[in-house]
Formats: sequence, structure tokens, C-alpha cells
Amino acid sequence: MKKFLNSPETVLSDALRGMAAAHPELRVDLDRRIITRAEGPRAGKVGLVSGGGSGHEPLHGGFVGLGMLDAACPGEVFTSPVPDQILAATQAVHGGAGVVHVVKNYTGDVMNFQLAAELAADAGIAIETVLINDDVAVRDSKWTAGRRGTGATVFVEKLAGALAERGASLGEVAELGRRVNAASRSFAVALTACTTPAAGKPGFDLPDDEIEVGVGIHGEPGRSRDKIRPARDIVGNAMDAILSDHPLTPADHPIVMVNGLGGTPLLELHILFGEVAAVLSGRGIRIARALVGNYITSLDMAGASLTICGADEQMLALWDAPVRTPALRWGA
Amino acid sequence: MTVVQARAWVEAIAAAIAEQADHLTQLDSAIGDADHGANLRRGFAAVLTALAGPESPTVGDVLVKTGTTLVASVGGASGPLYGSVFRAIGKPLTSHAIDGNQLLAGLRDGLTAIQRLGAAVPGDKTMVDAYAPAVAAFERELQAGGTLASAAARAADAAEDGMRATISLQARKGRASYLGARSIGHQDPGATSTALVFRTLATVMAAS
Repeated sequence: MKKFLNSPETVLSDALRGMAAAHPELRVDLDRRIITRAEGPRAGKVGLVSGGGSGHEPLHGGFVGLGMLDAACPGEVFTSPVPDQILAATQAVHGGAGVVHVVKNYTGDVMNFQLAAELAADAGIAIETVLINDDVAVRDSKWTAGRRGTGATVFVEKLAGALAERGASLGEVAELGRRVNAASRSFAVALTACTTPAAGKPGFDLPDDEIEVGVGIHGEPGRSRDKIRPARDIVGNAMDAILSDHPLTPADHPIVMVNGLGGTPLLELHILFGEVAAVLSGRGIRIARALVGNYITSLDMAGASLTICGADEQMLALWDAPVRTPALRWGA
Repeated sequence: MTVVQARAWVEAIAAAIAEQADHLTQLDSAIGDADHGANLRRGFAAVLTALAGPESPTVGDVLVKTGTTLVASVGGASGPLYGSVFRAIGKPLTSHAIDGNQLLAGLRDGLTAIQRLGAAVPGDKTMVDAYAPAVAAFERELQAGGTLASAAARAADAAEDGMRATISLQARKGRASYLGARSIGHQDPGATSTALVFRTLATVMAAS
């Protein structure tokens, strides 16, 4: 599999160097592997830190900036960051009001952020953790690792970031983040496997006429395999999975994201969004806000995820608040 | 087990991981995210660097340093899990040489550490499925009058049996759990690397 690499071992540091060169408004610490806003922490503002394995760009580094994250800590490809790195990011953005960790629900991310939160608490920094687990393809159970954190991460980072920017307290920012997660559901379908730089070949074999249904964002196979079908039918199945888990009524004002997994053209993402809009309109539900594009990817995987957040008035106002980051910017 | 043997054990793990990295990654690509071998290889390479230099004063110092380095360099779930295991094993071993019962106490603390962090129980298709039977076999052999070396050999056999038994299990923890019933039929990568850890212990103790 051809890729633009210097070597598989230097993927992260080479990409961070590019990020630094392209975005002088960010501070990219190549040694500690953290991305922060160039202006540093604002006194009295709650810090918002997220992180996870690389390969999901623009998540999380592309969401650092006004109205969203204060810091991102990228790990190796599909591998969570280490505790020291998360602690360094936490200390770098602490403005005296505490720090919220936005953590996607994966075993490794949870453990490393937990260890980092303990270290930060020892250093006198108040930490609140918001765990994202919105993927309805995973059967939730106390006997498993639970649902994965996927598209809702983008919503939580945007909305909690906007609230933190307004000077809300640590508890308020964390509580909003948890409410946004609780109101959000996602479902993803893959047309191809992705190829990690280290492996050099696709993570699974998928015949030309088949799709993986209910995939995550790490190239792992989904819950089942299906034949390729018209976009309308694929969206119909995904909507059934989401709405049967979290029903919406005509009184709801959902924020809807159709997200590309890295290898699917925007043209196809808009085809999918049109089908989503048709399903919702058929149920008398008006889409309040929309986002179509590549926001939380899985390297070069062809595929898409659908995330719906049953937003309330406060969430919609925070969605419209100014944001200025490499990957999301409006009103600022 | 002396300080020199403890260090030889860690070096043997590093060598075994490097040799088996592709195999571990292959197992992980079937039911995980294809990075177990690469992550542990990176971690143990960092451990060898950390252990270079003056000899450690105690067995525990070697193992705690190993664990601390793994936590700081691996990431993912395997970093905190293996890091905590080695730190927990090493913590009570505060002398230059230890006997079988002292190592047993360390190994038990290691099991407590993984289960505290990962909340996995035997049968979840995780490293616990190799680790727990290994500790039990180690203890049985000591109680039957065996040496540290023979206990390590029984532990390695039990870890490998546990590793093979993960093939028929459905994963209930970690990334493989997302696959549900599709995880059945694949050997767990974490149980496989844990079996390597016990096999190298047996090999190092048999050689001395």
C-alpha cells in the first residue's frame, strides 16, 4: 500500500512538524507531543484537553483553538497517549479553574487518562473526566468494554469548548459534556479496511461487493458483514440502529453529522446526508444544525459515520458560538 | 532469583517480543487494531535503554524500572497493564536475591494490579487468562516442594495452556469485545505476550 511517509516509525513526529509549520496560531511541542493554543492558558478559564491515538485527523489537534480545545495529546497511530504526555498537556493549559479531560471510551485511553488524572490531582489540579461512548453498534453491557467513543467527541469538544470559553465552572463544563454525550448516538459503515503505516496492508479483507457494518475508528472489523446496497438502504439501517436506541420526536432539534472515515469523497457524504434528511423529514423531524465532512477519521478507510445529537436550546446556542481551529471555524 | 537473573529475564522478554512482534501484530489485526507487537517492541526497546548503566541494587528495582518505562513509552492498554504488572511484581522484592515464595508474592500483586486496572476476570479473553493460571501453577509447584526454576516452568506451561484456551472464548474486555461473537476462533494477543513473559522466566531460571 502506497503512502506518503518518510518512515513508519516517524509518522507522528513528521506530521506534528507539518502541523507546526502550517499553524503558527498553535504551539506544537515536538518533544512532549502536545498541541496547545499559542497564547497559552487564560486565567480563570477551565482548560479542555483531549487526546487519543493518531490516525483520526483532524481529531484532536485540528480542534485546538478558540471555542474548542485548549490542548490535544496525540499518541502513536491508533494508540492512546501516555500518562506523562497527558499530564504535560493538562499542566500547560491549567489556568487555575481546573481541567476537563475528554476521553473516548477505549480501554487504553481510559487507563492512560486515569493515570494522568491521578498525577494531575497529586499536582493540585482539579480534573473532571467526560467519557464519550456514543457508538450504538456496540452492545452496551457492564460485562464488556462498553460502547466506543466516536462522532460525539466532535460535538462534546465543540459545545464544552464554547461553554468553557464563556467562563463556566469546571463542574458546569463537565456536566454539559456528559449531557451532550448522553444525547448523542453514532453508527458507522466501512467500504474498505484501513491500512496503518506500521502494518502496510489493510487490516481485513473485504470483497468488492461487501461492506463492514458497525465499524469503529480503528480499522477493526465491524459487528457484521453485508452486501453493498444503495446509499438509501445503508442509511436506513444506520438510522434504525440510532433511532431505536435514542428515539427523536418532531419536538427535537438534532445536530446531525455525516462524517467521512478518510477515504470517501464529499460527493458521497452529501448523498448520505440527503438520505438522512429524508428519513428525518419523513418522521417530521427538522434538522437544526448540520456538519458534513471528514472530522473523525480512520486513516484511509472508505466509509462514513452518522452521528445525531438530540440537542437542547443551550446546546444549539453553544454550537453557534464562535470557533477558530484548523478544522472547524465560524463566527470568529 | 538474583538481580542479574532479573535483568536477564527482562532482556529475554525484550528479545522474545522483538522476535514475535509480527506474530503478535497479526493476532491483533484479527480482533484488535494491529499494534500489539509494535507497541510492546517499542516499550521493551525503551526498557533496555533504561536498564543500561549501573547494576540495580535489588530485584525489585529492575522490575519497577521496567514497569515505569513501559507506562511512559507504550500507550494503549498494554502500556498501563504491563507497566503496572512489572511495578507491582517488583515493589515487594527489595533484596539483591529472592526465593520462590517472594517471587510468588510479587506475581500475585501483579495479578491484582492488572485486575484492578482492567477489571478483567478469567474467561474474558485477555492477558488474565494466561496470567492467572500461571500464578496458580507457580504456587502449586512451590507447595509440592519445587524450586523457583521448576515453578517457573509449570507457570509457563499453564500460561501457554491458558493462551490456547482463549481461542474458543468470546472477548468481554478490550477492543476485541466490540466484535462480539466474531472474536471467537482467534487467540488473544495479550494472553500470547503474557505467555512469552512466563516462558522467558522459565528459560532464564532453567539456564542458571
